[in-house]
Amino acid sequence: MEQSFLDYYSLEPLTRWIHDALCGVMSEDWAVFLESLVIGVAILLAYAVLAVVLIYMERRVCGAFQCRIGPNRVGGKGGLLQVPADVLKILTKEIIRLKNSDHVLYELAPYLVILASVLSFSCLPWNKGMAVIDLEVGVFFVLAASSIGILGILLAGWSSNSKYTAIGAVRSGAMLVSYELSLGICVLTVVILSGTMSISGIVESQADGWNIFKGHIVTLIAFVVYLISGNAEANRGPFDLAEAEQELTAGYHTEYSGMHFGFFYLAEYLNLFITSGIATTLFLGGWMPLHVAGLDGFNAVMDYIPGIVWFLGKTFFVVFLLMWIRWTYPRLRIDQVLNLEWKYLMPLSLLLMLVMAVLKTCGLVF
Amino acid sequence: MEITLQQVIFGIVALMMMVCSVLAVTTGKILRAATALLFVLFGTALFYFILGYTYLGAVQLSVYAGGIVVLYVFSILLTRSDKNMNERIPRGRWFAALATTLAGLALTVFLLLGHGFALGGIPVMQELDPAVIGEALIGMGKYQFVLPFEAVSVLLLACMVGAILIARKH
Repeated sequence: MEQSFLDYYSLEPLTRWIHDALCGVMSEDWAVFLESLVIGVAILLAYAVLAVVLIYMERRVCGAFQCRIGPNRVGGKGGLLQVPADVLKILTKEIIRLKNSDHVLYELAPYLVILASVLSFSCLPWNKGMAVIDLEVGVFFVLAASSIGILGILLAGWSSNSKYTAIGAVRSGAMLVSYELSLGICVLTVVILSGTMSISGIVESQADGWNIFKGHIVTLIAFVVYLISGNAEANRGPFDLAEAEQELTAGYHTEYSGMHFGFFYLAEYLNLFITSGIATTLFLGGWMPLHVAGLDGFNAVMDYIPGIVWFLGKTFFVVFLLMWIRWTYPRLRIDQVLNLEWKYLMPLSLLLMLVMAVLKTCGLVF
Repeated sequence: MEITLQQVIFGIVALMMMVCSVLAVTTGKILRAATALLFVLFGTALFYFILGYTYLGAVQLSVYAGGIVVLYVFSILLTRSDKNMNERIPRGRWFAALATTLAGLALTVFLLLGHGFALGGIPVMQELDPAVIGEALIGMGKYQFVLPFEAVSVLLLACMVGAILIARKH
């Protein structure tokens, strides 16, 4: 099959040229150090900008589902400056220190949460040649890195020295640990189908068709299970009982103020984006264009759209799906949440993995 | 002598691990000790990444950081044992601790003197194919590990049975 379209917008020649140019001026170690510094700053910038975009999107989508307009005063007709104004406000707020709390852990916890989030964020495949962390064990690394966040939540809940935060933290810890199982098993289903754990490998294996079409009905169900457990992992409704306002004020981050609270808020939105981005990578072909067998002209046009547009487009589509779920369903109770995972989702995902393994060994997938 | 980037990172990670290991045993609060331990485990994972053992590094992150330390913190949360642990240590235990530390130091120095510090001997991050690791884990040939792998899972089963026995209420 013709695969030259993969290289239209590849960034690899550019990055290689930059690296070689830098190596000509200084030693390779300094070049690598400088590149890492620039990329780190770029990742943090993208992180912050995406958070602003996602918060604005959330407020508009929420408004639409509740039959109201949403933000519409600050910055013209669309309320475009509402979120930047909120960001400035939160940056100037005082960071409160609590008496009788464990200061070290209290101040460490938001950074653990943000660390986990940034680590998994940098694994996303944006375009060909534009993956920051691209390990052979890529998907596994994402799962491992995102599990650090649970610790941040538990420490935040405990060190705030309040009953609301402690209950919120234990609830959300139990939920996150449980839902990681079905999430991981769904990821394994795709790994079996693609035959690799590397993120770029998984994307490239979908050049001849996205996984959601390749794996018959199995990957479709796995996609749905992934979205449900990914939604729970991002601590969002209907699984946002960690911060069930009516019972726990704001759950584990009740006692946080200013930018410390901002970190939790940021990580929540970016975890939503990361969940969607990984869903895109695993099931919807990452930055691969949409191809319909037989329509060659259509396919050629699709190939000229850059990979990053495809990736962002698909990811924001999945983000929209998750927001739709959030603003449609009421919150579950903790026992219902755990029942759903242990009695339905986990057995279902195990079955999916088994069926996928059988299909793959018998050569029944496309 | 040229100092490479790898050595600088190694130095930083090693320093972080040393500070955190000392903190883990000297701090008076049990949750702080668990957090310091977490950073030591992070450091170990970073060493694996520096060496290119990315699979092992990711396992270290997910099993220790995401699993065992979470279990520690969970059990500390549920038992509420947040009182200060800085109590007087009996003399006998003091000597035992000192002897263990000295023995550990002697072993490390012996190994370093015997084999030398592997300066520059570490290959620049070369990853192993996960398929090779997978086959080594479940293969039955020489240098393949299906027996230890299964033995460990029997151990886990025993742990689970034990937990159920303890948790049952009669």
